[in-house]
Amino acid sequence: MATTHPITVTVNGKTHHNEVEPRLLLVHYIRDTLGLTGTHIGCNTSQCGACTIILDGEAVKSCTLFAVQANGSEALTIEGLAHDGQLHPLQQGFWEEHGLQCGYCTPGMIMSAYDLLQHNPDPSEPEIRHALEGNLCRCTGYQNIVKSVQHAARLMKSESLPDQGYETQEGHRPALVEGPEAVPSS
Amino acid sequence: MIPGQFDYHAPTTVQEAVQLLQEHGDEAKVLAGGHSLVPLMRLRLAAPSVLVDINRIPELRGINRTNGTVTIGATTTHATIERSEVLKRVLPMLPAAATVIGDPMVRNRGTFGGSLAHADPAGDWPAVALALNAEMRIVGPDGERTVPAGEFFVDLLTSAVEPGELLTHVSIPVPGGNVGMSYQKFGHPASGYAVTGVAAIVTLYENNYCLDCSIAITGAGTKATRATETENALRNQTLDEATMAQAAEQAGTGIDFLGDIYASEEYRQQLVKVYTKRALLAALHAANEGQSAEAQKTL
Amino acid sequence: MATTYVGERLKRLEDPELIVGAGNYMDDITLPGMAHVAILHSPYAHARILSVDTSRATALPGVVAVFTGKDMEADTNALPCAWQAGSVTNNVNTPRPLAVDEVHFVGDPVAFVVAEDLYTARDALDLIEVEYEPLPTVVDAEQATQEGAPQLHENAPNNVCMHWTAGNQAGTDTAFDQAEVVVSQKLINQRLIPTAMETRGAIGSYNAGTDEYTLWLSSQAPHVHRLLLAAFVLNVPEHKIRVIAPDIGGGFGSKIFIYPDMAIVAWASRKLNRPMKWIEDRQENYLWTSHGRDHTTHAEIAGTRDGKITGLRAKTYANLGGYLSSIAPGIPTTLYGRMATGVYKIPNTFVEVFGVYTNTAPVDAYRGAGRPEATYLVERMVDRFAREIGMDPAEVRRKNFIQPEDFPYDNGLGMLPYDSGDYEKALNRALELVGYQELRQQQTEALAQGRYIGVGFSSYVEVCGVAPSAWIGLNGQGWGAGLWESANVKVHLTGKVVVTTGTAPHGQGHVTTFSQIVADELGIPIEDVVVQYGDTQGQPFGLGTYGSRSLAVGGTAIHRSVTKIKDKAKKIAAHLLEASEEDLVWQDGKFMVKGSPDAAKTIQELALAAHVGYSLPPGMEPFLDETTYHDPPNCTFPFGTHICVVEVDPETGKVEFLRYLAVDDVGNVINPLIVDGQLHGGIVQGMAQAMWEQGVYDESGQLVTGTLMDYAIPKASMVPNFELDRTVTPTDVNPFGAKGAGEAGTIASAPAVVNAVVDALKPFGITHLDMPLTPERLWRAIQEKRNQPSDSATAPTGGSHPPGDASTPASGAGA
Repeated sequence: MATTHPITVTVNGKTHHNEVEPRLLLVHYIRDTLGLTGTHIGCNTSQCGACTIILDGEAVKSCTLFAVQANGSEALTIEGLAHDGQLHPLQQGFWEEHGLQCGYCTPGMIMSAYDLLQHNPDPSEPEIRHALEGNLCRCTGYQNIVKSVQHAARLMKSESLPDQGYETQEGHRPALVEGPEAVPSS
Repeated sequence: MIPGQFDYHAPTTVQEAVQLLQEHGDEAKVLAGGHSLVPLMRLRLAAPSVLVDINRIPELRGINRTNGTVTIGATTTHATIERSEVLKRVLPMLPAAATVIGDPMVRNRGTFGGSLAHADPAGDWPAVALALNAEMRIVGPDGERTVPAGEFFVDLLTSAVEPGELLTHVSIPVPGGNVGMSYQKFGHPASGYAVTGVAAIVTLYENNYCLDCSIAITGAGTKATRATETENALRNQTLDEATMAQAAEQAGTGIDFLGDIYASEEYRQQLVKVYTKRALLAALHAANEGQSAEAQKTL
Repeated sequence: MATTYVGERLKRLEDPELIVGAGNYMDDITLPGMAHVAILHSPYAHARILSVDTSRATALPGVVAVFTGKDMEADTNALPCAWQAGSVTNNVNTPRPLAVDEVHFVGDPVAFVVAEDLYTARDALDLIEVEYEPLPTVVDAEQATQEGAPQLHENAPNNVCMHWTAGNQAGTDTAFDQAEVVVSQKLINQRLIPTAMETRGAIGSYNAGTDEYTLWLSSQAPHVHRLLLAAFVLNVPEHKIRVIAPDIGGGFGSKIFIYPDMAIVAWASRKLNRPMKWIEDRQENYLWTSHGRDHTTHAEIAGTRDGKITGLRAKTYANLGGYLSSIAPGIPTTLYGRMATGVYKIPNTFVEVFGVYTNTAPVDAYRGAGRPEATYLVERMVDRFAREIGMDPAEVRRKNFIQPEDFPYDNGLGMLPYDSGDYEKALNRALELVGYQELRQQQTEALAQGRYIGVGFSSYVEVCGVAPSAWIGLNGQGWGAGLWESANVKVHLTGKVVVTTGTAPHGQGHVTTFSQIVADELGIPIEDVVVQYGDTQGQPFGLGTYGSRSLAVGGTAIHRSVTKIKDKAKKIAAHLLEASEEDLVWQDGKFMVKGSPDAAKTIQELALAAHVGYSLPPGMEPFLDETTYHDPPNCTFPFGTHICVVEVDPETGKVEFLRYLAVDDVGNVINPLIVDGQLHGGIVQGMAQAMWEQGVYDESGQLVTGTLMDYAIPKASMVPNFELDRTVTPTDVNPFGAKGAGEAGTIASAPAVVNAVVDALKPFGITHLDMPLTPERLWRAIQEKRNQPSDSATAPTGGSHPPGDASTPASGAGA
């Protein structure tokens, strides 16, 4: 047995201290050690993106990182996106536009789209399709996923949030409060 | 798909990293972005007993421009390159090529140095580094050495980095004059790797007269290769589509072609010709337009 | 009936938990004391097992036990095959939970490890030592039937499982003998790997006190899984097993079937008296979860010079893999051969199918299941015929369509009569929307500039909601059970409604669709309805979700239960209002006395009255609770026309999608949002077959496309936006007039894409290309034609403006 390592990881604003085997994959740490099962595993070879989370502000595939590599980092998973019962605009977008069917790829898809909208708040359709190349969906044919992301971008713009990016420091999350009435007709 | 066991080290200096690599020899692997290594470990096609994670070495990360040279640290991510304003101005082929590597998550973690040192025959950076005459700084137990890109890619999955050594930085001379550059890629529909990728740089005098050109090809063969014959055919010529298309016919010379179920050797030979022509056209166009990132967009 | 919900683009009731990461998929389930299972698969495609040494694996700390085929042999049987081809002999070979003496494909399970954690279980696999004696292999179905081919199973000479035919052989031979035009074409319908984003999994828990098993399975049919495991594999009474299907991350057919792992976790949970979890990894998923398609067909079409099709003949080798998967033989027979003529009146047709064993993963139903293969056959051949006689492909289709007055239509292949259709209407709508005349003009203009644009059609009909039991069953099509569906509806005291369905949704949105129906029928808010499914405990036996059957069959069962509830409620209302039943009308969610709107009882009031039972009509039982087992009188037959427009880069063979337009007729639609989503996803899966996907084995039986790095499922950037439209031709098979939409897109799209690409390359004289249309395949076809001494078509050389084919592209275009 290889030497274990102590790690400290903040996930969705909550700090965890654990002793981990070096080979423990970050996705297993999140799912099995922390019990946050919204992050999924789909391919095991870094193709499908079901395991996508935000690590230190950037989307990553948590099946291709070891938990030890996340020591000292801050992570955001699908469970940390909604606040006080208010869905994130991306979650609203996926719901409104039927951006999911079986729902298995959805958490990773949303986290990837989250990364996109951080860098590009008003993406075109080709930009969205290019940005989602690392997330495979077998159900939707992607058309409604593209619409979902566009929907979210409109919501975020209309809410003119002070900061579209998720501030990973505890207590600095923007209040992402949306109402369905804020949805512009498409 | 669970990797085998290994010991993990996360040094914070290059010296420390090199010591660890020296100590563990062939048993050790460098962990940079991990996007080639970790999947191989999960498939148990690689089973290093020691991983040396170089992501916590600050000096390996970042892009610096000094006196006509850009130096990129080995653990600088593809995403950092993709978004670098400096590179967009002076070496626009780098950010443009970065946008067609893997996907956003791969680009957020995958590293420039890791990709080069891995020498994947279908990686994108080897062609870019080769065409740009990059120089690789390698640190080992005996100190530092510099290897030009032309000598860096030794063979299939083999670079000049020896066990116990670490690629630390890549220096790229900023070409002067009226220069246009472009990277054109035919990607695999599943893996996203280059079935063929061509990096082309042209330096023009007036009226599309080619003072110099540099072309490198990845994906088609066992390692990234310069298209020397095509380059020679174009230097001191006036560039137009016909001239470039004709010269591109020779672009495969010197490539040890590979074939697989998706693309045979013969087809890759065709892709090399077509993508060399297209990369040259895009580079010429970029030079004429005054190079901008916009001109780098994949055709 | 007022329709508040039915027909509305209602957003899904399923989504709130799924978008916040609160879904409950297989790997999300953890039980106290649970151990982890890892399965060792054969690395050989065909070999004798000489010995298995588990001692090193067993000795690894953290390993609980290691079991081999011999350990399980006494307690378990081979898995059953539940759908054998009807009316012919089937030489059945199904796998045991673990192979004992011989393995027949790479992925065949030979042993499994139980460990305290997944990582240890995986480590232990490397320590099991199996000695194999490799045997000769064959992976191609047609080759497997040839003299001298390696033999897989003793009871299947020449590897043939079954030889099945449909249609009129003598009449077809005569039609071909007398035909003005005959076109022959070999068609490869390549092997596909379903690739649900969630791999499969199985969790078993045994209660020694009650001698009962609880199994969580990746299941599109939990009751069927329980039945098959109990009655055929585990020798356990059916009522001692409970199967739960939690949230399922897609199936596309691959989760209908029974697999060895299901037996493994059940058996091991009893053996070791603790819960067992097995989660498939993607590599395993590719190796052993059933694949789809894999037909080689020698096809011929006969017709007249003026465009009338007079005959169709096909000989198909259907690759079934190393063993029969659960319903494998039924797919290339009933669901393929009997649909071979598609939307056309073809007077003489004969289809011959050989189901063949090879050293590959089992092949079974995959989205569309037989109908994509049938549609590809007929739509490709109709295009070949149109090309041969120089007629516009739309016109040839029009000339041969079954006409609206022909319904119910008997296609002469042993299929049930097609219920309803207006094929020309859908074609015309598609031509109009796509701007066909203009498109053909653009194509001609583009060609003059050296650009290769193609327009491809697919006019399809498929069969959904397969039924009735008497037809599909053992005395007919060979299905080893009934094929009805169940529903239970209860209206509780508080007026809240609990619907239980035997369907097993895994992304199709049944909760929303069924709630829409029930809320409208009962005149209640949709929030007052809950739909339950996926658990054999306390739910009536259900057949599950596949074959686009859930609304047509399962929805009808619900509708009938609601009708029974309303019938009973009406009696209670009459009793309470002291009126006769004949004087009551149902309006706005109430029974009211005609002409006295104040004398009325809502369904909630009646549910309360029924529940408390204080004042009911004499002899009536309390409670509103009705169960239905609905066995439909016929299948439904959705149809439509898809048009694909592509441009091919002749230098590289790359295909670019310019447009994709689909006019589908799925009958009446309950929720257009959901139906559009089904069509989008379906179209992409068919498009993926046309363009990218192929499961490839090398000659030794190694799966070359064994991961998602090699097997290309589409990414967002690879597919276009789809233009969808509908015509509506209701069916009278069910009360909704709805047909089915889950597979239509997949069935239609592959031939539309292939026909478009072949059309684009028509100037080169190319008449056919096999799927997938990889750039290299296109480039090679172009090269071959360029290097060929030209015959009827003068192949253009690079850069020059090619002359047209023998027929002009726009000839006979109509709309």
